[in-house]
Amino acid sequence: MAKVKGTIEVDRERCKGCDVCVVACPFKVLSLAPKVNGKGYHYSFMANPDACTGCASCALVCPDSCITVYRKVVE
Amino acid sequence: MAEVEKTKENLVYAKNRLLTDVVMHYCPGCSHGTIHKLIAEVIDEMGMEEKAVGISPVGCGVLAYNYIDCDWAESAHGRACAVATGIKRMAPDKMVFTYQGDGDLAAIGTGETIHACNRGENITIIYINNAIYGMTGGQMSPTTLVGMRTATTPQGRDINLHGYPFKISEIAAMLDGTCYVTRQAVNTPANVRKAKKALRKAFEKPMKGQGLALIEFVSTCNSGWKMSPVAANQWMEENMFPEYPLGDLKERD
Repeated sequence: MAKVKGTIEVDRERCKGCDVCVVACPFKVLSLAPKVNGKGYHYSFMANPDACTGCASCALVCPDSCITVYRKVVE
Repeated sequence: MAEVEKTKENLVYAKNRLLTDVVMHYCPGCSHGTIHKLIAEVIDEMGMEEKAVGISPVGCGVLAYNYIDCDWAESAHGRACAVATGIKRMAPDKMVFTYQGDGDLAAIGTGETIHACNRGENITIIYINNAIYGMTGGQMSPTTLVGMRTATTPQGRDINLHGYPFKISEIAAMLDGTCYVTRQAVNTPANVRKAKKALRKAFEKPMKGQGLALIEFVSTCNSGWKMSPVAANQWMEENMFPEYPLGDLKERD
């Protein structure tokens, strides 16, 4: 059966670590990094990339528009 | 496990081109950012980049002109609807919108707002209601909930002293000049999608000459409320939504 796979790219320097995308993700893909970016925020990253379906829920709620979403149908 | 290539054909969502690369000055998790994104997306999808004129207010949203790449004018505190009226009357082909918070629109600018609604100016009012004066440090605003603690109401808002929360959307819906009054939120992906559809309608209806459209966003101010962004969203769902229920209040063709 065809499966939809997704991946995201987070603009680490724009991210303010607000945690809203982590909560919005229905598959618990995202998490806040233990490291910080240039402004001292714990940026968001894909802690569980295999579960991502590219639904773009994280990107929709991101206030700083730092998430780009890609999606592909794989066999 | 197959990898998803980060190519153009696999792209489903990216930052809109009308949002500039300037990093927003808003606090982490602020609803302003999400609403700016929706405005940029709707203007881009309507192809109104050259015709959109925003009026930025006094408040946190004052720097909106740095973030959305369309024409902007700055108005005195609360007078955005008056400035928008002037621009729309002089240039009727422009898509004029104001972007105001509750301290701007529902406090000092109540007179301008209600009379613009009553005159039925063909403008769009985007009203951000976070129940607090966010920029100046979290003082009580007219829309603050009863019992809500702010910098100027440390014991909570008292109806005997401060009156009741001011519901400007309900007032606007009663006036004959408005064609579309709705209340939305951007706390969840589903609400963001609904809000985007409502925002598009709020931009389109005044352009058809049907009257004034007012879209209220029930928003968070996590810094002013002294909460984390996620806790603020939850607090908003539990306390703000019963007082300010989401949905269309008025729609007229």
